[in-house]
Amino acid sequence: MAKTVLKAGGRFKSAVCETQVMVIKAPAGEFTLSCGGADMIAPTATGGGDLDPAQAGETLIGKRYVNADESLELLCTKGGKGSLALDGVALEIKQAKQLPSSD
Amino acid sequence: MNISTILDMAAEAFGDRIGVVSGDSRYTYAELRAAAVNAAAAIRASGAKYVALLDVNSPAAPVAIYAAAYANVPYVPLNYRLTAPEINELIERVAPAYLVTSADYAKLITPRADVQVVDRATFLSLPATSEEPTPADDPREVAVQLFTSGTTGKPKAAILRHENLSSYIFGTVEFAAADENDAIIVTVPPYHIAGISAVLSSTYACRRMVQLEGFDAKAWLAACREHGVSNAFLVPTMLQRVVDHLHDSGEPANLPALRALAYGGGKMPLTTIQKAMALLPEVDFTNAYGLTETSSTIAVLGPDDHRAAASSEDPAVRRRLGSVGKPGAVEIEIRSDEGQVLGPEEAGLVFVRGPQVSGEYLALGSQLDNDGWFPTKDRGYLDAEGYLFLDGRADDVIVRGGENISPGEIEDVLLGHPAVADVAVVAMPDEQWGEGVAAAIVLKPGSAAEVAELQELVKASLRSSRVPQRIVFKDALPYNELGKVLRRVIRQEFV
Repeated sequence: MAKTVLKAGGRFKSAVCETQVMVIKAPAGEFTLSCGGADMIAPTATGGGDLDPAQAGETLIGKRYVNADESLELLCTKGGKGSLALDGVALEIKQAKQLPSSD
Repeated sequence: MNISTILDMAAEAFGDRIGVVSGDSRYTYAELRAAAVNAAAAIRASGAKYVALLDVNSPAAPVAIYAAAYANVPYVPLNYRLTAPEINELIERVAPAYLVTSADYAKLITPRADVQVVDRATFLSLPATSEEPTPADDPREVAVQLFTSGTTGKPKAAILRHENLSSYIFGTVEFAAADENDAIIVTVPPYHIAGISAVLSSTYACRRMVQLEGFDAKAWLAACREHGVSNAFLVPTMLQRVVDHLHDSGEPANLPALRALAYGGGKMPLTTIQKAMALLPEVDFTNAYGLTETSSTIAVLGPDDHRAAASSEDPAVRRRLGSVGKPGAVEIEIRSDEGQVLGPEEAGLVFVRGPQVSGEYLALGSQLDNDGWFPTKDRGYLDAEGYLFLDGRADDVIVRGGENISPGEIEDVLLGHPAVADVAVVAMPDEQWGEGVAAAIVLKPGSAAEVAELQELVKASLRSSRVPQRIVFKDALPYNELGKVLRRVIRQEFV
């Protein structure tokens, strides 16, 4: 599995479904970021392969996904069938902290 | 962390939903994105280093914000109420530029070779491009540059990076939170930070924006009814005018769709918010405090706080109607003039820290201290539960014989006199004390008050050092178009 550096602002897409994400924050170091069981790729790269049915929990547009200690946070910018994982561990939806609407 | 992602997501999820309503024109989110992408191609082809807008609210404002982001150049909306020489000076500071305007303002612009002037209608009907935009991935790129109003000297160019605006939006707004029928009415001008954050927040919430070119209470009420407006943002002067209009005309408010009304951008008189809450008892009021340099809102007094304060017998809770609430996605602390962090109820300077805080000006650089705190230059204090109360600008403090006097507390006392309609307290030169206290007062029509009785009122409520040594009566106080009282103009009266 290819490891990659994750930086705030970085974008990735799934190789096996429609999912796209943007990095909101990330810990230092190299990680394997996957979606639908396959490594995520650069937005301009060409994907391929099949979605792993065990990794098809769906990723939802507008939701934020975090690891257990919330050191990694991704924003889903386009939804898809695959589910997200960091170094093989599934990411969870972060509960939104909603403030009263001010604008 | 590029703000163009906000529009990409709205177009992806709700492409067919109406995003902008302006007069007879309607834009779905897909159409808004197409217009921005087409404009980005034209901007890149022009070689411009800035996208400037010199115009009132129209669909060109959101299109220009996102087009600039897609083209990877800063967006710089200009204040169309400035004089022609002031406008041309600002244009010179952003050249080479792609400048969007309309006929009323085009005539103020001195033509120059490095500025491409584009009419609003042309800008909104540019040829379709097949080129997909490639916005910058670097969150440190500049998204928006705003010229501050600058009370002295040249306007400063405040810089907001993609990371500042993105963290504000992603941190405080839930994606697609709005219902299909929701709509927000936008009446703040495009060059104000609240105008920009309204576009970004509404797009991310997928909430339809209803634009008015300018503000007028009657037109605002009519537009709210016509478009079923559910959310609104007003500066205090605008809310005051709505309240006055309803009061004077006897017209019922009749705003069944309106659920939330946020206000900010200046000090809200207690009587105005009380009247507004009484006129619109079903509406959720939110006070939003923010600055240009903080990408808009940093503290909010929410609807529950408003209702709790208005109905409480406890003076400590009641007074919160005059507070700007608790910090949002930022930290706030109060420091003394010497830099010491102060505790609850101790007044000092307001400092703020967080990812949405840019605190940076072009040429001057970052104003953040080593720990990332930005000096807002507002004075204020926190109560024991963390509610922030503002006490005017640090620059407005009157220093009388070494004692710091806040104009706000004196103004509040004078406004309590039944004959006083409006008041501004400012510093005046004083040989003995360095500075003394002066007041400009507007009396209610048909009312009268003597200087001596007003002085006595302040002396009895505060103390003798707070008593205005000079009081002048005026027909009206000078305000800027967003309802901020122009203290520097009033100070001239007493020189």
